[in-house]
Amino acid sequence: MSAPGPDRDAGLQPERTRLAWRRTTLACSVVAVLALRQALRGSGSPVELAGAAVIALIWLAFLWVAHRRIRELAAGRPRPLALRAALAAVACTTALAVFAMTVIL
Amino acid sequence: MIDFVKDVRLWFAPSRLRDEGETPDYRFSLANERTFLAWIRTSLALVGGGFAVDQFLPDLRWGVRVGMALALLAVGAACALRAVNHWVRCERAMRRGEDLPLSRFPVLLSLGVGLVAVAMVVVVLLGWTTGQ
Repeated sequence: MSAPGPDRDAGLQPERTRLAWRRTTLACSVVAVLALRQALRGSGSPVELAGAAVIALIWLAFLWVAHRRIRELAAGRPRPLALRAALAAVACTTALAVFAMTVIL
Repeated sequence: MIDFVKDVRLWFAPSRLRDEGETPDYRFSLANERTFLAWIRTSLALVGGGFAVDQFLPDLRWGVRVGMALALLAVGAACALRAVNHWVRCERAMRRGEDLPLSRFPVLLSLGVGLVAVAMVVVVLLGWTTGQ
């Protein structure tokens, strides 16, 4: 067991935050899979494939935001979350909800 | 309502957030970030629930099924928007050294989820399904 360096927070805040991002990515993946299932229920028409592509893009966008933030958190004293990243994560979530509404109706 | 509009303007001007007050201990910012992420997960769970109601309960009548799914999806979207708003407000309050903002949203969300659950029980008890 090596003692944590002077720049290391004993409460492991960056690690906890990193894991929170991982959990959130996982939740987003589950919802994306459900959305794909919903989008591809029919015969695979061009509209359905386009819907599936949109979901894949939303999912990739979320992964990208999470990945960037996780890399930032590797620093000893990470900067606060950028507002743009927070908005992007929210936009992905809302986009999935809006997609679901359009498909269901 | 006017406060909300001000908050929304703050969403799109991140530099204004940084201009205010002093940067708090990074651990507080990270705790705020984790709370934000927990709300995002709540939102994703509600959206997933909306999908699940539509996909896995085909025996429900169309109106009931679509109504429940839309309710869950709408609450999920509201939850996500509120998450970022609350995160901005907390961040600003910490920078200014003010008390953290209070919120009625958790109560409303609990009541909403409870209502959906009760509605589900009623649907099952009254047998509003197309099958047996």
